[in-house]
Amino acid sequence: MPELTAEVERLSLVIEIGGMPVRVNTTDSGFLVMLERRYSGFLGSSEKAEVEFDVDLVQPGLVQPGFDDPDAGVRVTHHRGRWSLTRGDFRAEWEPAARKGWIRQSANPYSIDAVLRIVHSLVLARQGGFLLHSASALRNGKAFLFAGVSGAGKTTISRLAPPDVTLLTDEISYVRKQDDGYVAFGTPFTGELAKLGENVSAPVAALYLLAQGPENRIDPVAPGEAARSLLANVLFFAQDEELVQAEFHSAFEFVSRVPVSRLTFVPDARVWELIR
Amino acid sequence: MSRLFVARNPRVAARCLDGEMMIMSGRDSTLFTLNRTATILWQAADGTTPLDEIVQSKICPEFDVEPAEALQDAEILARDLASHEILQISEEPIPPRSAVAGESR
Repeated sequence: MPELTAEVERLSLVIEIGGMPVRVNTTDSGFLVMLERRYSGFLGSSEKAEVEFDVDLVQPGLVQPGFDDPDAGVRVTHHRGRWSLTRGDFRAEWEPAARKGWIRQSANPYSIDAVLRIVHSLVLARQGGFLLHSASALRNGKAFLFAGVSGAGKTTISRLAPPDVTLLTDEISYVRKQDDGYVAFGTPFTGELAKLGENVSAPVAALYLLAQGPENRIDPVAPGEAARSLLANVLFFAQDEELVQAEFHSAFEFVSRVPVSRLTFVPDARVWELIR
Repeated sequence: MSRLFVARNPRVAARCLDGEMMIMSGRDSTLFTLNRTATILWQAADGTTPLDEIVQSKICPEFDVEPAEALQDAEILARDLASHEILQISEEPIPPRSAVAGESR
């Protein structure tokens, strides 16, 4: 008797960012190869993933039947222990207690990248950490963060880094609270430099608020301004009062423990003489 | 004339740093920085002390201002803060509904 059904092979890989393994399951080998290339350097071998996502690939425009707006903004809500993540190009759900979720998207690396950022930001928010709109780099065993809006110089300062500096990211820093301090991890989340960060980590020694000017200099920043600037650069997506409050207090905790200064720089490599 | 009562909205997060009071709306993550008068009002807004008493005991001693004028300004300020959902205002005392998020430090 002929087989009426064929077993579909399930393929998977583990993407480990910030020490958190996330397993992604798919039935599409081409998509798997795409992810392996995209997250090269951040692939783990951990058997126990903290989150496991089944990816359901659909044709573009069919992600959310009846809701055809590919430019719709991100919406992250929580209801009865389940997170719902939607944007024009993807729909996803995640149940933290079960450590499982699913993603519906077309075969592209950008949608799952956004889902990963959101999931990491939610996990970090509960632990006193955050994703920060900043470049970060490691030097002499210490991590330095360079925060600023687009155009402030994150990519420029990353590009100017001398050879003894290890780039963690030129766009989105991963900051985890650990013991009495904070640790920054490399991320695959890139900006204009389009270069993945190194998958390493180090204690955070300083946060610099970037400004471009006529000379290289470091100036102190008042605590209130430090907290405001930090909050303005924290990536946070959830419409959830409890997590918003947690993130708010985390920012104040951070500025009470990590020196925050303004780094004004001219676009040449000498600025790195100030950062050690 | 009815009295006005004010209470901190438990759905916001607040911190005072170097005398600067910052408040974030839990609803939409909007960040507010309060001036000195608003900070005094926020800190005294326990839901049971009438606004005129807060003005008399906390605001007038801080600023050299007539009580009637100070109360008028405080009412405008309280209604403005309420419109941003930072404060709750009522003509009756406001019982604590849940643990007030308030200041952590």
